[in-house]
Amino acid sequence: MALLHTVNKSPFERNAFDACLANAKSGSAVLLMEDGVYAAVKGTPAAKKLGDAMKSVKVYVLGPDVDARGMTGKLIDGVQSVDYGGFVDLVTQHNAVESWL
Amino acid sequence: MKLAVLVNEGPYTHQASDSAYQFTKAALEKGHEIFRVFFYHDGVNNGTRLTVPPQDERNIVKRWSELAEKHKLDLVICIAAAQRRGLLDEGEMKRHGKDASNIASGFRISGLGQLIEAGIQAERLVTFGD
Repeated sequence: MALLHTVNKSPFERNAFDACLANAKSGSAVLLMEDGVYAAVKGTPAAKKLGDAMKSVKVYVLGPDVDARGMTGKLIDGVQSVDYGGFVDLVTQHNAVESWL
Repeated sequence: MKLAVLVNEGPYTHQASDSAYQFTKAALEKGHEIFRVFFYHDGVNNGTRLTVPPQDERNIVKRWSELAEKHKLDLVICIAAAQRRGLLDEGEMKRHGKDASNIASGFRISGLGQLIEAGIQAERLVTFGD
């Protein structure tokens, strides 16, 4: 059963990101949205953790939220950007959604 | 696919209400069915018709009402959360002897059972919140 995890809080503000990675099983997907996209910014401790996690989970970012924060081009390689339609597709393609708030 | 949305954050707080709206809109555009949008905790504040944001700014409440009208959405506000935060419809206004009601068009007030039902009836439940 493949789960979609969403993280909407900055890893510098809450522990939602760490909690998500600690619980995300191999084969599941993580969507970083809102302030959660900061977890994928190059050179941060969170991005290092994310890079390790990407060996077993797929990582997506919500493109409009990345753009709104001026983080375009500043994210680590391997994260895939989606728009809201892509977010909807991720929801329907996975068995359930777990929102880490 | 049949989807349900849960909104736990008020408007103009962080971004959850905006994200929920954009997600709901995108899902409808893709031809999915939105079984219900349930507003819980501070999320009930999305349903007050008395907000007056600056004219050049997005009107979150109006946006939900318009989307509801266009797509016949079921926007449900949790009654217990609403009463604590001063959100009343006609019926609740009379029942509690208050002098006004403030629920926006397209919204209705009901119980937590509506959230449970949405979780059971919809194939996916997506939570947006704080």
